[in-house]
Parts: sequence; structure tokens; C-alpha cells
Amino acid sequence: MSGKLAEILNIHKWEKGTLIFILQKVQRELGYISEEAISEIAKRARISISEVFGVASFYSQFHFTPRGKHTVKVCLGTSCHVQGGPRILEAVERELGIKAGETTKDYKFNLETVACFGCCALSPVIVVDKTVYSRMTTKRVKEILRLYQ
Amino acid sequence: MEKITLTIDGEETVAKKGATVLEAAKEAGVYIPTLCNQSSLSPFGACRLCIVQIEKMRGFPSSCTTPATNGMVVHTNTTRIQELRRGLLEMILSEHPYFCAICERRERCEAFSPGIQKTSMVVGCHTCPKKGICELQKVVEYIGLNNMSLTYHPRELPILRDSPFIDRDYNLCILCGRCVRVCHESIGVSAIAFTYRGSKALVGTAFGHSLQDSGCQFCGACVDACPSGSLIERAAKWKGEYDQLIPTTCPYCGIGCQLNLEIKNNKIDASAPSEDGVNQGLACVKGRFAIKEPIYHPSRLKSPLIKRNEKVETATWEETTNLIADKLTNYKSDQFALICSDTCTNEDYYIAQKFARVVMKSNNIDHKSSRLSHSPSLFSLIQSFGSPGMTNSISEIGNAACILLIGSNTSSDNPIIRANIIKAVNKGAKLIIINPRRINLCHFSSSWLQPLPGSDVALLMGMMQVIVDENLADLSFIEERCENFGEFKEALRNFTPDFIEKVSGIDWKQVVEIARTYARQKPGVIIYGTGITQHFHGTNNVLALCNLAMLTGNLGNPSSGIYPLEGENNAHGACDMGAVAEFYPDYQPVNTEAGKAKYEKIWECTLNSEPGMTFSDIFNTEANPQIKALYLIGNPIFNHPLPDKLRNWLQELELLIVQDCFPSEISQLAHVVLPTSSFAEKDGTFTSAERKVQRVRKAIRTIGDSKPDWQIICQIAEKMGAKGFHFDNPSQIMEEITTAIPNYSGISYERLENGGLQWPCPNSNHQGTSILYPDNFANGKGKFTALKYQPSTELPDNNYPLILITEYSLYHLYTEVLTSKVRDLEMLGPKKIVEINPNDVTKLGINDGDLVKVSSRRGELNVRAKVTEVVAPGIVSMNLHIAESLINPIIDPISKTPEFKVCAVKIEKTSLENKCINL
Ligand code: SF4
Ligand code: SF4
Ligand code: SF4
Ligand code: FES
Ligand code: FES
Repeated sequence: MSGKLAEILNIHKWEKGTLIFILQKVQRELGYISEEAISEIAKRARISISEVFGVASFYSQFHFTPRGKHTVKVCLGTSCHVQGGPRILEAVERELGIKAGETTKDYKFNLETVACFGCCALSPVIVVDKTVYSRMTTKRVKEILRLYQ
Repeated sequence: MEKITLTIDGEETVAKKGATVLEAAKEAGVYIPTLCNQSSLSPFGACRLCIVQIEKMRGFPSSCTTPATNGMVVHTNTTRIQELRRGLLEMILSEHPYFCAICERRERCEAFSPGIQKTSMVVGCHTCPKKGICELQKVVEYIGLNNMSLTYHPRELPILRDSPFIDRDYNLCILCGRCVRVCHESIGVSAIAFTYRGSKALVGTAFGHSLQDSGCQFCGACVDACPSGSLIERAAKWKGEYDQLIPTTCPYCGIGCQLNLEIKNNKIDASAPSEDGVNQGLACVKGRFAIKEPIYHPSRLKSPLIKRNEKVETATWEETTNLIADKLTNYKSDQFALICSDTCTNEDYYIAQKFARVVMKSNNIDHKSSRLSHSPSLFSLIQSFGSPGMTNSISEIGNAACILLIGSNTSSDNPIIRANIIKAVNKGAKLIIINPRRINLCHFSSSWLQPLPGSDVALLMGMMQVIVDENLADLSFIEERCENFGEFKEALRNFTPDFIEKVSGIDWKQVVEIARTYARQKPGVIIYGTGITQHFHGTNNVLALCNLAMLTGNLGNPSSGIYPLEGENNAHGACDMGAVAEFYPDYQPVNTEAGKAKYEKIWECTLNSEPGMTFSDIFNTEANPQIKALYLIGNPIFNHPLPDKLRNWLQELELLIVQDCFPSEISQLAHVVLPTSSFAEKDGTFTSAERKVQRVRKAIRTIGDSKPDWQIICQIAEKMGAKGFHFDNPSQIMEEITTAIPNYSGISYERLENGGLQWPCPNSNHQGTSILYPDNFANGKGKFTALKYQPSTELPDNNYPLILITEYSLYHLYTEVLTSKVRDLEMLGPKKIVEINPNDVTKLGINDGDLVKVSSRRGELNVRAKVTEVVAPGIVSMNLHIAESLINPIIDPISKTPEFKVCAVKIEKTSLENKCINL
């Protein structure tokens, strides 16, 4: 078992009703829910791996493949869409070499799309991790992503 | 049972208190459509098709989740209900190809159906593997849906064919959850679960793995539960309705599951577990999926063979039996031996032993399955209680408050017992597991002890000491019903806590804890398997368990008793019938005057009173037994390939007769080979582990020129001029059995038509005995035995520092005669691996998956290392079939059962190039 996983599972002793909490911890620490994590959790929770997976997959917040270090979210809400969101998305896809919903091979970036961040006045918008970049142009894509390389 | 009265659709009806409205309606013969409900499972309430209206209740409650109450007035079929149901059904069907259900030409479809079953997408009708035996269609018909306002949205999922036996097409899934619930509730495996949610929600496995990688045991319960065509037995797709259903008994293990063979065009299409038997609608992979393939296997022997001048020629029965009858006259008495194995019926065993004893004047008659696993139980149970056999019935396990499971990986060797254990645990029973290996039932245990292999007597005597010291013993039971308690109590003194900790490696506190649990939580059952019996002190292990049960008074009442788990099918019947060297039928010792006189009278002959040689004696090639003519029924040899010494010995025999369904390494050495019929081609009875005599029924025409075992032997006996071998059918043999065995006196084929009977069944009005010894033991008093601890014969030392334990696989049985004929079972079968604890590998420089050499004093093997915590440090585990050349052949002096469970080995990393070895 990987050291990190062992650590999480050792700190958070298994009790009834703590399954989601432990899954969240694992995702926070490892970035995703690995097969190993599922099978170790199943062992402790004394349930089957399919059951753990069933619970985890119920929530879209859990991911089962390794995630990139940074998450790029491109807004495709109405306002951003009108202001050229799709073109921004294309530019990001080209730059990272992946499609929305995927992760780069070097696990640096995930790319996701969102329907409105609630800052339509600044559209089009992309958000990298927790930083909002407003009034985006295709030109700025490269330079912003470089900050995270 | 308390009753209530309610009105359903205007008719007054009586129901059991606690029944749901749905159950009450069913009882009253009123149909309510259901999809997610299954009577063996807890109500789910998902599909809502079962809605009803209940006066004085608002809305439309689902009848499967609503308890019926006294005076309730229920309507099941109002226009409003039907309208709602139609709406619900439409929604369900918008995700399921529905054309087959609503097409008006459905009835006539087959006539026009082209051979389009190979299309990858099911669009309905004959492309659906269920082909007309679909619950969905039934519901549609009842509700009268004949057009759909919603369009069908196919999920466009690939059909999953990555698992043995079962195909999964989740395009047809209606998310009723029956499969998920049966796997969780009844089987306790949970290989499948609901995954994702909303429109993505589906039944599946973790990460979409295959079933075998998700812990599936291939019991088929989910396939039987599925109302649609999404889960289907690959070998029985599109089979449609059967012509005929033949109830019979499973030929694989001793549980005696009742199966229904589905016959179409005179062939077996499938085998479905029956609701009526001990299995209650469940089965294991062998009974569910592995019945058909061996029966129709192309290698089946089809006619008698005679070897002349090293050439094998087919021959007629007349010729062959003449030859055998002629030759056998020269080998009477001690030069002759007859060994049975596998799927003989009681009638076959009875005739076989009668032939050996009466015609051949030899007690060298034995059968393999008990000798290799279950013999210690015979001797010890007789010694303690006066009679062998499981003291109670399997279904009682589900109501026990405490279960002590020792030396059995129940998931592998007895899946139906496992299901009953799960039932008890679900009701709150304490499960104590004692096993050197972490078995998957440990998930459900309240305590798991991992002792050093072979230390059972010490551990159990320790428990008993706690029970005596803490006054938890049932002294009035002991006083009234047992003897020899004083001496036994004296012997307990030798087992000090220090000694027990040293020998077993178990913390004394844990011993105290489980002793208290077992003694206090009543009723309690003890379930044990080959981990107890396959030791050179196997009889002592069983005696210790008998002591424990008597000490706590856990005998003679419902859910309190001892459950020896036998391996192979009808091992019990074989012993009852006297196909054992030491006993005539009815467990009458051969070397007593009374037994001899009794059977001389019944069989009108003189008998040999020399005790016979056992299977273990005969095949002990070191001892070079003086057998010249050997008659083998089935294939008793468990080693593959045949060891040289054994092969030489077999080759030197003057006459080797092999009677079997399949050719084998041994049949190639035989002078005469006789083709025998499989269990599906003959009538007879099997006796299950719970002493239940059940029918085996002829379901198909015999394959080739084969004959049932009893018929072949009778033919030979008659040719040898013997009297008492003329039978037209097996029920006549049963008539003779009832005179020879008092416990069977009340049994007849006629009575067995209504289901099995548990012996003792002393007369034709007796209902059989589900619980032994309610008032008295068979010999009056139960006998305590003072025990001494004996270490295993081979303990680890500097040269061989590790202990090897062996285990069975769910997918193989003993000599694999049948299981090896099923392709998918082979695939799931034991792997060439050795399980080893992470602590042990560091010093050896071994990584998971490395090729290693395992050696014992007798041999060596190259296998892959699997580094895992299921075994404790210092212990390694392998499958018995893989490890056979390593194990210690020493046998228990009383029961002659070998010490398969413990031997000393060493493990080294091999330098062999991994690629060269095909593992
Ligand atoms: S075959 Fe049995 S163990 Fe496997 S998924 Fe189905 S119910 Fe579960
Ligand atoms: S696979 Fe069959 S049993 Fe399971 S949820 Fe789907 S329809 Fe129901
Ligand atoms: S092998 Fe045993 S458990 Fe499996 S179906 Fe047959 S009798 Fe039942
Ligand atoms: S549409 Fe992009 S932030 Fe609202
Ligand atoms: S059968 Fe009652 S809700 Fe499905």
C-alpha cells in the first residue's frame, strides 16, 4: 500500500458511517480514488470493493483516475458562450493537447467545462485552480497556462 | 402462527401475521404485478408496479412493502391503479427494448423468426437471450400495455462477456436491483452493486472489472433473480421454455442441493436450483453451471474396452463381463480390492460392498472421498455419541446465536453452508472463526483466531478449561447425559495458558473471549471442515469438538449441534452402505461376531471377518500391498501425473478393472474398462451431509453403451454364480437396504417422491429425524474423551523453516473427474501460486509475482509467490491439488486419513528465466 494511503487510513480509523468522509480524505490527498484505495477501504469497512465503488461513484465529486495537478475550468455559460467561450476552450484544448474531461499525460492539467461561474460581467472566463481569469482572449491562454507549467 | 383476516378485491382471506399485502394476495391467489420484488429478499419498493389501493389509507402504497393488517380492505386492480401502472411501465420500458413485449404478432413470431440471434443488439423477440421466459412480458400482458408514447433510448452499452459462465447485457437492465440484493443478502458476496446515479446509474462492478475480479463465486443467483435478459447463462442463451423438468440431487458435494434439470428435445439444457431443497433456490457454481458439460463431454467412455496383447479393443458387455467373471474367481479374499469414488448412488455402493464381501469374500472395500477427508468424523462421532453424522440440519444454522467455524474455508468447500452462516449473522449471531488463513467469511466474524496449524486440540482444550473454570459448563446436561467427565476434566489441567499460547501462538485473552462467547450465546453450532480432519491427529481434533459441544449442552436441540462438512457427494451414503473397510452397512464393525452374524443371515452366506485394507493402505506403494486384482469404480487417484511408483504398482497388477465415465491415466493401464452412466442417466439415491436420503432421477437416455454401476456389478456377480444380485431396478435394491440398515427402514422410493427423508427413519410412518439425540445418545450416554496434545509430525526447522497449509478450491473437487471437464471451471481453478506473508519475503528477497521454488522433504515445485496478509508470518498456503507432491503422506492411525494440512517447506527465489515456465 502506498505510504500516503496507509497514513490516511491509519489516521482515520474505520467506523460505521465514515465511508464518505474517508473517501474525501483519500481524494484530497491522492487527488483521486485509486483501485488500491477502494480495496483497502473495503477491507477495513468489511464490505466488497463493488460496494465501495458503488457508493463512491454515486457522487460525481469523486474521480477514479489520477487527476492533474491543476484544474482548468472553461466557462461555457450563456454569457461566456456568446462572448467566445467555445473558442477559448478550443485554444486551451490545443495548448494542452487534451479534450474537456481529460487529464494531460504528465498529470499537470485537468480540463473541465462549467456552465457559469456567476461572474458573467467579466465573460469570457476561465478558472485555473482557484484563480479567475476574466475577459479571456485566445492569445492569453498560452501565457496563463505557462504560469502553471 | 397467528392469523389475520383481510379483504382483497372483495374476497375475505386469511394471512399470516407479519405478511405483506403482496404475500397475502399471493396466498389468496390474487396476482399483483411485480418487478423488483423477490420473495427470498427483503422488500425493496423500487419499481412501484405492485401498487394497490387500501381503504382508509391515502395514495397508492406498494404492496410489497406494506404489512397486511387485520380488517384491511385492499383493491389491486382498479382502473386508476392500472392507469398509474401503465405510466410506470412505460417509463421502465423507455430504457428497454420493448417491441417484443408489445408486438401483436408475438405469439406467431417464432415461425417467421430468422436466425438473427447473432446480432449484437437486442431489439426484442428472438434476439433476446431470455426468449419468451421474461417477467417483463408477463407484466406487460397483465397491465395491457399495447403501445408506447415514450421512445426507446438504447443505452448502447457493450455486452460484457469477460466473465466465465455469465453474459451481462446491461442494455436490458431495468434496475430492479434483484441481482444486487441477492448477491448481498443471500450470498454475502456483493460482487455487484449499483454504480453512478441518475441517467448513468447502472449495476456494475468496481472499475468495471470482470466478475471474477470482483469476488464473484459464480453461484448464478443473480442470473436466476434477473427478470430481464440482462444476466444470462452463456451456455443456455435463447433456450426458451423447457419440455420437461426433472428434479434430482447435485452430484458434486455433500450438501445435496436439489436441482431441476431442464430437458428439451431429450437433452439437458440447464440446471436450476430448486426452491424446495436444503439450498432454497440457491446453488453453487458446480450445481448451477457445471452439470451439462461433463455429461455430454466428447471424451465419455461409450463402450466396454478390453486390452489384448497391449492393444485396446472395444467389446460387448457379454464378452467383457464373462471375462471379468472368469478371471475374478482366481483372486478371492485378500488378493482382491474394490475402491469406489465419485458419483455412486447408495444403491451402487451397497451392491459394490456386497459384491466384495459376499462374492469376493474380501473386506478390502473402501471409497476415496471419506478416507481422504471425513473418516476421522466417523470414528470420533461414533466414539462420543454412538453414531456418525451431522447432529442437526443445515437450515438450522440460520437460527443459531453462535457459530464456531473451525478449519473450513466455507466459501470454497461448502457454499450453501456459507449462505446459511450469512443468514445467521444477518440475524445477529456471533461468528467465531478459527483458521490459520484469513478466509473471506472473516468479513462477517465477531472474532477470528489465526492459530498455528495443527494446534487445534490445545486451543479447544484451552477453551474448555475456561468454560469449566468460569462455571459456564452445562453441568446438569453433563450429569444426566454424559460419562467420563471426571477423567476429561483431569486432562484439562495439562493445558495451561502458557502452554496454549506457546503451541497455538494465540493470546490467552482471545481464548477466554471466544470460550465465553460460545458458552453463553446459545444455541450454538460447531461447523468444521478438512482443516480439522486432515491431520495425523484428525480423530483427536474431532473428539475435542465433541467434548466442547457436550460441555456446553449444545446438543439435541434446534440450532445446537455439530456439523462435519464433507467434501464429496454421497460420502455419507458410502459410509452408511458399508463401502468402508472397517464397517458392514449400518456401521457394524467387521471384526465383531454380532455384525458378521447379522449380515451372514441377511445375505445368506459366510463372511470374512478379517478387517479390510483401506484406500490409504492399498495405495501406500511403500508397503507394497498384496493385492493382485483391483476393481476401481471412478478415478480415485488424486495425483497428476501418476507418480512412477504408483504407476509401476498398477502395471504389475494381474487384473485391473476400471469402471468410469471418462478415460484417465489409470484407465489406460487397465485390462478392462467399463463405461458407467452419469448421475443424469440413472435412478438412485444420495445421502447428503445432513443424513438426508434424496432421489437421483434418470433425466436423459444413457450415453453410448454405458450402464449404471450397480447393474454392471450385478451382472458380473450373477455370472460368477452368486445369489442375491438379481435386481430389475434400484428401488428393489433400496428395499434390501431397508432390511440391512435399521436407520433406513422407513425409506422407500415412493415416500421419497415427496422429498428427502433424514435418517434415522425407522418405519414407514416416521417423518425422519432432523435433530439427533434430543433425549439420549445413540449408545445411551455421550462420552467425554481425555485428550493429549500431539504436535504435527513435521514441524519447521532450519532446513524447512515454513509451514505449508493446503486448501481447496471452489472450482475443483478432489480428483477433478467432473470439474476438469468444464472449461470455464478450469479457467477459475486453482492457480500455481504460493501465498506468503509480507514479513517473510524481505529476508528471502522475493517480490509479489516472482517465480519461486517451494520444496519439502518429498519434492519441489516452481510456482509464483503471492505476497499477502491472508496468511500469518511463518505460514504459506497452496491449493491441495497444486501442492500434492510436497505434502506429508503420514496418516492418522485410527481413521487412516492423511495429514494434508501441515508440512514443513522452504522457499527460494529461482533463477529460472520466468518466461520458460508456463504457469
Ligand atoms: S454469480 Fe453469485 S456471486 Fe456472482 S455476482 Fe451473481 S450472485 Fe453474486
Ligand atoms: S441486471 Fe437484471 S436483476 Fe439486476 S438490476 Fe438489472 S434487470 Fe434487475
Ligand atoms: S456442489 Fe454442493 S453446494 Fe454446489 S450445488 Fe452441488 S450440492 Fe450444492
Ligand atoms: S456564463 Fe461564464 S461566468 Fe456566467
Ligand atoms: S415489486 Fe413492489 S415496488 Fe417493485
